[in-house]
Amino acid sequence: MARTTRVLPGFGPTLGLTLTWLSLIVLLPLASVFLKASSLSLSEFWNVVSAPRVVASYKLSFGMSLAAAAVNGVFGLMLAWCLVRYRFPGKRLVDALVDLPFALPTAVAGISLTALYAKNGWVGQYLDPLGIQVAFKPLGVMVALVFIGLPFVVRTVQPVLEDLDIEHEEAAASLGASRWQTFRRVILPVLLPALLTGFALAFARAVGEYGSVIFIAGNIPMVSEITPLMIITKLEQYDYVGATAVAEVMLLMAFALLFVINGLQAWAAKRTGRDR
Amino acid sequence: MARAWQTTSDPAARFETRAATREAPWVKWTLIAIALSFFALFLLMPLAAVFAEALRKGWAAYFAALVEPDALAAVRLTLIAAGIAVPLNLVFGVAAAWAIAKFEFRGKHFLITLIDLPFSVSPVVAGLVFVLMFGAHGWFGAWLSEHDIKIIFAVPGIVLATVFVTFPFVARELIPLMQAQGREEEEAAIVLGANGWRTFWHVTLPNIRWGLLYGVILCNARAMGEFGAVSVVSGHIRGETNTMPLQVEILYNEYQFAAAFAVASLLALLALATLGVKAWVERHAGRASRTVQDDASS
Repeated sequence: MARTTRVLPGFGPTLGLTLTWLSLIVLLPLASVFLKASSLSLSEFWNVVSAPRVVASYKLSFGMSLAAAAVNGVFGLMLAWCLVRYRFPGKRLVDALVDLPFALPTAVAGISLTALYAKNGWVGQYLDPLGIQVAFKPLGVMVALVFIGLPFVVRTVQPVLEDLDIEHEEAAASLGASRWQTFRRVILPVLLPALLTGFALAFARAVGEYGSVIFIAGNIPMVSEITPLMIITKLEQYDYVGATAVAEVMLLMAFALLFVINGLQAWAAKRTGRDR
Repeated sequence: MARAWQTTSDPAARFETRAATREAPWVKWTLIAIALSFFALFLLMPLAAVFAEALRKGWAAYFAALVEPDALAAVRLTLIAAGIAVPLNLVFGVAAAWAIAKFEFRGKHFLITLIDLPFSVSPVVAGLVFVLMFGAHGWFGAWLSEHDIKIIFAVPGIVLATVFVTFPFVARELIPLMQAQGREEEEAAIVLGANGWRTFWHVTLPNIRWGLLYGVILCNARAMGEFGAVSVVSGHIRGETNTMPLQVEILYNEYQFAAAFAVASLLALLALATLGVKAWVERHAGRASRTVQDDASS
């Protein structure tokens, strides 16, 4: 509702600057993808985005992103739980380092994970005799995506866990519930929207991730190529229209995820009574 | 005997001291053991490996890799790109937060979603959009080549891609903070006769300084570390259009692993410094400013 008398100055200039900068840097450039892709007929567009190699990349990107987000859902929840509920040595350091994937450049994470999981690496040397190969295999993609996604789950669940009402758990305990029953029936339902939000954020980030994945993936056509790499490959072959068509698919996917995440966050806010 | 980590100032103490919210010790320590093993495997070891690999050939080789001319050129370009992108997005972020937090208007939620958009776009797509606009076959490609202006495969393209990917950071940090603070203090200052600038500098800025600092360091970390978007627009010309992350990639692909990790270790130190400032800011500003949106960045 526009207020008839505004006491504070600067609404016009600041909103004007915001809209101008937003249009120039974000909206116009993104619109160029849709414009460029529209130079293809629908059947041409379909041929590009449903080519077997591209479809294989969707399967890898989506499958590994889902798997990584699921791993993070379990272990991220556990980590958030320990950080909120327990006292243990080194906790402050752990809490601070959870954000490492946000701060560490993806290329650095990529080469480091590759070194760790290569056959002679710190971790790879123990997995190799077991017949498990991570680096240069689809499994490596998942490892990189787990790294990238972890803080999303922890940082989404943590504040909700901190704000949880102790009274509910005390009521459950006084009614004879075990801790596990209380967790499943009382705590988890309150956490669920936040947990799903964290899962969706981790998944959305993983689908578009590039830097940390390409080093460890091996990038074998039909086997370990992620969708963002398909855009790069097409660009390197000067196939701008093809690259744009795949980019449009990724953008539509990202918008759909954004929509889902907004819905989840609204649900989480309602469930926990927190203001967004 | 109470140990240092068993401090009652830890908020977890209120859960651990009540029978109703406490688990059996074996449950507690098993959960901690699993969570910390996961933490060590996926976060601690990748961080440690960067430094171990960087120093594999000794300190002399490490420093030699850092003062190599192409490495220095990459450091310079990274500083230039961040030096332009961060101030631009700082000004934008403050303006956007002022308009959104201090005034009511239609479509506000939609505007916030649009500001967040770069977070949802794959870095590769972020680079591609600028190739489509300014590349040789792009919308402005012909005009640019007529006037002999290079944007793609040159520094301006790298700066543009960096501005795009770091676009939401400062705004995202300030909007919830300034919304929570309301507008009474500013209104009082205006009623008492201060002009808009004075009100901003003396009333608003002191209130948001921690959040602002936090937004800026996160923005800077991403600006210096961006790989995918910059990789698409850079063209990988050594000594000219290579930022530090791209230099890492080139060295790595040439099997110069120790040198690649040496440059990477600088970026890892930057990340650690960023996390250090973040922890420090959080302790000063309290945990109030920490929300999902703040951290769901990069």
